[in-house]
Amino acid sequence: MTDIEIDTRGETCPVPLVECRKALKKASEGDEVTILGTHPASKKEIPMACKALGLEIIGVEEKDEEWKIKIRR
Amino acid sequence: MTDTAETTDKAVIIVHSGDMDKIYSALIVGNGALAMGMDVSMYFTFWGLQRLKKGGLEKGPLSKMHMLGLGKWMINKRMKAANVASLEKLMNDYKELGGKILACEMTMEIMGVKAEELRTEWIDEYGAVGTYVNEARDAKITLFI
Repeated sequence: MTDIEIDTRGETCPVPLVECRKALKKASEGDEVTILGTHPASKKEIPMACKALGLEIIGVEEKDEEWKIKIRR
Repeated sequence: MTDTAETTDKAVIIVHSGDMDKIYSALIVGNGALAMGMDVSMYFTFWGLQRLKKGGLEKGPLSKMHMLGLGKWMINKRMKAANVASLEKLMNDYKELGGKILACEMTMEIMGVKAEELRTEWIDEYGAVGTYVNEARDAKITLFI
């Protein structure tokens, strides 16, 4: 099991969503992908994408404008 | 991704316009649909196909307020400040996520575009209206941009 972290802070639509999908595509089953960002809409949309992909969100953290979403592949 | 939970819902986009802002719309929607787990095909035709020429992706005018290039220059400046991804990055992401590109053969014929003038590494298939209809037949989303 590997932990993969992607930093999309400062990036705007559609980059956080796309980078998240690219990382999930490369990850193996059981890997944890953490995505870090500041784009407000992506904070809502990454969980939507995970739901559509049938993947589990294992944690969401927020501090000021930054958010961190952890997903199990 | 090969997990069985992945849906095979499909989005098909006709890219008719070659305007810069509309190419952005098409590629953003295409990438978004791929990121949300859909299959995506983009069918490039008429002015849209011109953007698949070598060096042509960023060449389109703005659909409004182009003002001989001044408007485009201003918008490009604003987009750079907002850290908007380039069309080249969006296209590379689109291909990396498995997005399909279809090129209109009739446009190539009537506009005298040869395959070697195009970014053939992006193009998955050449076809006509039947190819689009076949792709769109079972699509959940189809757009004409």
